Amino acid sequence: MSHLLEVRDLEVKFALRSGDITAIDGIDFTLDQGERLGIVGESGAGKSVTGFSIINLISKPGFISRGSIYFEGNKISDYSDSQMRTIRGNRISMIFQDPMMTLNPVFTIGFQMIETLRAHKKISKSDARAIALEKLKKVQIPSPEERLDQYPHELSGGMRQRIIIAISLLVNPAIIIADEPTTALDVTIQAEIMDLLQQLCETEKMGLILITHDLGVVSQVTEKIAVMYAGKIIEFGPTDQVVHSPVHPYTTGLIGSIPGSTAPGEKLLQIPGMMPTLSNIPEGCAFNPRCDLCEPICTRKTPPLEKKQNGTMAACHIKD
Amino acid sequence: MKKKLQKFKESYFLYSFKRDKVAMTSFIVLVLFLIIALTAPWISPMDPYDDHNIDIMNSEIPPMWMDGGSSEFILGTDNMGRDMLSTMFYGLRTSIIIGLGAVSLQAVLGVVLGLTAGYMGAKTDAILMRIADIQFSFPYLMVAIFIGAMFQVVFGVGLYEQLAVPLLVIIIGVSNWPMFARTIRASVMGEKHKEYVEAARVIGLPRLTIMFRHVLPNSLTSVMVIFTIQVGSAVQSEAALSFLGLGMPVTRPSLGSLIRAGQEYIFSGSWWITIFPGLLLVIFVLVISLLGDWLRDVLNPKLYKG
Amino acid sequence: MFAFIIRRILQAVVVMLVISLMGFAIKNNIGDPVRDLVGERVTPAERAKMADDMGLNDPFLIQYLRFIGHAVKGDLGRSFLYNKPNLEVISQHAPATIELLMGTALIIVLISLPLGVQSALQPKSKLARFTMSFSTLGISMPVFLTAILLIYVFAVHLQILPSFGRGETVDLFGNGYWNTGFLTRDGLEHLILPCLSLSSIMLPLFIRLIRSEMMEVLETEYIKYAWAKGLSPARVWMVHAFKNTLLPVVTVFGVQMGITFAFTILTELVFQWQGMGFMFLEAVQRADISLLIAYLVVVASVFVLVNTVVDIVYGFINPTVRIVGTR
Repeated sequence: MSHLLEVRDLEVKFALRSGDITAIDGIDFTLDQGERLGIVGESGAGKSVTGFSIINLISKPGFISRGSIYFEGNKISDYSDSQMRTIRGNRISMIFQDPMMTLNPVFTIGFQMIETLRAHKKISKSDARAIALEKLKKVQIPSPEERLDQYPHELSGGMRQRIIIAISLLVNPAIIIADEPTTALDVTIQAEIMDLLQQLCETEKMGLILITHDLGVVSQVTEKIAVMYAGKIIEFGPTDQVVHSPVHPYTTGLIGSIPGSTAPGEKLLQIPGMMPTLSNIPEGCAFNPRCDLCEPICTRKTPPLEKKQNGTMAACHIKD
Repeated sequence: MKKKLQKFKESYFLYSFKRDKVAMTSFIVLVLFLIIALTAPWISPMDPYDDHNIDIMNSEIPPMWMDGGSSEFILGTDNMGRDMLSTMFYGLRTSIIIGLGAVSLQAVLGVVLGLTAGYMGAKTDAILMRIADIQFSFPYLMVAIFIGAMFQVVFGVGLYEQLAVPLLVIIIGVSNWPMFARTIRASVMGEKHKEYVEAARVIGLPRLTIMFRHVLPNSLTSVMVIFTIQVGSAVQSEAALSFLGLGMPVTRPSLGSLIRAGQEYIFSGSWWITIFPGLLLVIFVLVISLLGDWLRDVLNPKLYKG
Repeated sequence: MFAFIIRRILQAVVVMLVISLMGFAIKNNIGDPVRDLVGERVTPAERAKMADDMGLNDPFLIQYLRFIGHAVKGDLGRSFLYNKPNLEVISQHAPATIELLMGTALIIVLISLPLGVQSALQPKSKLARFTMSFSTLGISMPVFLTAILLIYVFAVHLQILPSFGRGETVDLFGNGYWNTGFLTRDGLEHLILPCLSLSSIMLPLFIRLIRSEMMEVLETEYIKYAWAKGLSPARVWMVHAFKNTLLPVVTVFGVQMGITFAFTILTELVFQWQGMGFMFLEAVQRADISLLIAYLVVVASVFVLVNTVVDIVYGFINPTVRIVGTR
């Protein structure tokens, strides 16, 4: 149990009227202290569900149907709701996608920060306020004192995301799970927020799980990358290897589709077709209908995630 | 015609109706009530309007399954010795006539004013909608009660009772038109700038034609839903007015005036004079509101939230 | 903003003028101010002279302006039925109605909040299902029938609660204007049935409203974030979700209390409650036009005043309202 976080054979299902649908189909990954992991994939690939399942907050009717999650050596996937609350927002913080929707509109920033602290620590309101102020300074918010008494709607999107980052720093967490933290923001602010997150993780020695569809962002921030497709991790390894010598044809396609990955004037790569819906995943390798390298075995047998030559793990029958 | 029927049989409307037991039951009950209302003079054991049937000796006989009940009067008799079942049939008939009449008046007023406001726009729209807003700011039952009170004072109780049916239609109709007008206006505003309306105008069709032939049909689903809901509330208003003595006289009963008449006898234990007509009223309003809810869910029109 | 307020107040004044004009026209055509003043035992000649003295033969407009002038000074004419100034009659009956409304509001809040919240949090529980089907039934139940049923069960059958009147009251200010039923046990017992039946109209609506608002709020991102912060269920539900649920409910509450006021007339009739509604019905029966018109003017003024204030307050909170209002 040397890892900070270890996810083993995690399976998440959604109970629908027409039957259960598998959203995450047996994934494994680990995160060490201070390590930064990126989870990449298209929408619907199961990356957000992965994030939420770590703190057991999957939206209904989803539930963890198999597998286990260890955090600091404890099997938190067995935790009761009240035990889980000692982890949520305390040891593992989350940053949501849309900062406009994340803060409760009827309470001040200060209120929402202080209550978080007081949910996890026995401290006075004035002490909590002092800590909140200190964290607001850490995320480089202009005139932090004023912010405490302001309501969310008085602040811009970038400012709110800084506040949410400040909230996640309040109780010195071991891991921050950031689910598309910059997608809803202006491009110029996106870079600032990502820089801030990366810098804070380094200085505070926090682990980061960055969930995004943007391989470009991940490659700049994280040390490891997990690529997800249709509920499975199909490639997992150090960022350098995955970005520069991808194994799985899907990863290759993803990287080829980033603007700037091809020479100027040349066409960007495009992966043909669409990701299958979860209720309709093809037999064998889920990527086979869109793959140029598809061979008969790909439509029959699901490829296992295994060590490849360049040092990453990948799930492909064909490439080595 | 046959084709249309076929189309209806395959429609989503019918499909969801067949699947919804509540809607089906409500519909059957409603149809049953309508049949009773229509045929009341023929199916009632006796005619409550006929003075010969008023016999004090027969008053306050309990329903037939209770002690002292008689098989001649299944649901017992009222304080004037009339058969409860017959008075209830006639009462239902009167209530439904007034309800439908009042809502039809609301619809006509609402459709005409709503179309005019929506289509004319500018000043006409501003004035009409301001009037609707202002009337909306008073509870409509209050408006109805007040108009009713004024009518009664002006006409005197005797004449008012004679004219009760048309007067109630007018009172309830006038007091609740803004609902229709606002919804129609909203959908006209939505349709007005669509290309087919512009096209009709370019061809040179007169405004009235465009409004009634082209714009109105697009608002019909909303009208249908509101109509259903409003009938329920109109019948309730009629009952309330009659209960206050501003509606139908007991000699020509509606459900409301039956409840009013029976109210004081509840202290002497003759609960059936009030409770039976009350039950009928509740069931009627209940099935209409259930049907209205169902219609709203299925047709999903853009209703004005008042 | 200033222009908006002025516009809104002007509109209120116009509405009041129109209503008072309608009221006055009715009064002028069918009322009999001489009878209002001296009763019916006066000779025709004396009547004619009095009518002339009172300016009843002046042109309509002048009479109307005089009516308005008096109304502004607080003189709304005399009631022959009570042989007192109308305003005095109305203000003596108002407290009974206001207490009825207060009791009703209290019952609505006490019952609809817990039931609404419960059925939002556990929509599949037995209690929630029962609440929902009961509220469907409740919506279809006319208030006077509820009242009669309550009387039958609690007053006639069980004989544990009184069925009519206000019971023992206490003169609140010692001047005979406000007799309250809230301070004696008997007065409170008399309040129970009328308030229960009056609240029965709005209860289903509020339970449903609170339920649907709360369910909507529970689905929001900020509630999910509140969970992610590790807050306790009590805190997430009762602080985060509840406050967001309450804001729209409070706005609707104001409007619905206005509608409830209309229903007090029915309730007061059933329970012989000596409030404004009961007074109104007596005035209708005895054709006391003067009192009826005074009632109309007073009630309309209260509604217009409340609506205007609410609109202006709204204008301060929500700038988009102002834009619509000035169009």
